Amino acid sequence: MTTEQQNALPHGLPIPAPSVDGLGAEFWDATRRHELLVQRCNDCRNWQWGPEHICHHCHSWDLAYEPVEPTGAIYSWERVWHPVHPALVNALPYMVVLVELPQAGNVRMVGNLVGQDPEIPIEIGQNVEAVFEDHDEDGKGYTLVQWMLSEKV
Amino acid sequence: MSERTIRGKTAIVGIGETTYYKHGQTPDPEFKMGLEAVLLAAEDAGIDVREIDGFASYSNERSTPERIATALGIPHYGFSNMFWGGGGGGGSGAVANAAAAVAAGYAEVVVAYRSLAQGQFSRFGQGAQTSHVTGEMAFSAPYGLMSPAQRFAMRVQRFMHDHGVKQEALRAISLTSYAHAQNNPRAVMHGRDLTNEIYDNSRWIVEPFHLFDCCMENDGAAAVIVTSVERARTLKQKPAYILAAAQGSFLRQGSWAHNAPDYATSNFKTVAPKLFEMAGIGPKDVDVLQSYENFTGCVLISMVEHGFCEPDECNDFFTIENFRAPDGILPLNTSGGNLAECYMHGLELITEAVRQIRGTSPNQVSDVEISMVTSGPMVQPVSSMILATEPV
Repeated sequence: MTTEQQNALPHGLPIPAPSVDGLGAEFWDATRRHELLVQRCNDCRNWQWGPEHICHHCHSWDLAYEPVEPTGAIYSWERVWHPVHPALVNALPYMVVLVELPQAGNVRMVGNLVGQDPEIPIEIGQNVEAVFEDHDEDGKGYTLVQWMLSEKV
Repeated sequence: MSERTIRGKTAIVGIGETTYYKHGQTPDPEFKMGLEAVLLAAEDAGIDVREIDGFASYSNERSTPERIATALGIPHYGFSNMFWGGGGGGGSGAVANAAAAVAAGYAEVVVAYRSLAQGQFSRFGQGAQTSHVTGEMAFSAPYGLMSPAQRFAMRVQRFMHDHGVKQEALRAISLTSYAHAQNNPRAVMHGRDLTNEIYDNSRWIVEPFHLFDCCMENDGAAAVIVTSVERARTLKQKPAYILAAAQGSFLRQGSWAHNAPDYATSNFKTVAPKLFEMAGIGPKDVDVLQSYENFTGCVLISMVEHGFCEPDECNDFFTIENFRAPDGILPLNTSGGNLAECYMHGLELITEAVRQIRGTSPNQVSDVEISMVTSGPMVQPVSSMILATEPV
């Protein structure tokens, strides 16, 4: 179990949950098993993110989640210095990255860059791998998908 | 079938603005300020406010037409319209919808307006203060990506990377607005000029945005009156003819999970060509531009996507010399804009565009024939508009 000190950001930020219509449940359940899923169309094989009820490419309703290798490349990034939430007041600066997943149709995922000082410069295009960050503070656990610089491609 | 266009059929004939305040500092309730702006716009036009028979707004305006019409004893209205989407994307769009209502015959005198006292309600600049977050926001908020500045910085960072844009280009936009505000006594930042040194030393909000790259949050209200060209010619103000307007969004820009295929965009790529096509002019014909500053980087991309400069030429084009009224090659945000006059969600940019047509701007550009506005880059949908001294 991950301790508070190792988390990218302090406890108290909004907790991710599936939509009331169920979208996202499989993804968040899989993160508990430290698996990364991306939605994919069973008809045209298009990848899409975030999850939706229909394939935006062929309009099929027949969608599934496929496990993907939890690696990617930094597509963009930002270093945050101003807290927009009370939980972030003592967590500054922190680094948010947008990670592109070439093995899943270049869908992108947002996460925090972990494993190094957030003030160290980073570059668009650098390779990253997922770090599954378990949270059990609120009784009903959840897991965030974070990213760290990696030699894996 | 006749040509489907609003080109040259309507004009802005009245503008009204309350005093502009820092957020939380107005002595008046938001709705009262909205009423004041509507009354001032009608008075400016020389129209009895009871003649207003249409309402248009945007960004989930809280001062609704039914309450305004009831409060003002308006005998009838035939049009009430909300431009969907947040932020200022609907500024020009609300005026355009007003123009469309007049052109279509739904109404004769339509007011487009915005009233705003963010201190009395929730503030745009704060993240969600809820315990749980669902839907697409669940894929960003738990990672501390919650505010508009944070959503848009990610796109701007990518654009700057792709095209080698330097921080100085963003700085020029900010310094221009502050410089123009120094000649505008109504500007909240009047008397607070900005220098390169102050900008460079200001704290980061989220890279690549310094404090001065970000709009203010303010209290106030503004309104403009739109009517037909025929009626406009009988009124006391010089008409600001609506030459063209366009609104919209493109492929999957509404992905809150940051998955729009074309990501580093201000969302004007399909809107800008329609705007200039309707106007029958090009960007080189624009004499003065009011470009919505939620954040400077978004201004930069929206100006590129309206064709004022090539993406790889930003470092040369985005200079304060080019943007300063009266002699810059493209005077920009001449009242001080969202950064330094007031963040009235861009409706104050429209009143300023009208003043440039009338010749009454605090930073008047000489011989203005074409005065343009862009509204709300990077939200979905966005809009832009071209005003002119002649209807065709």
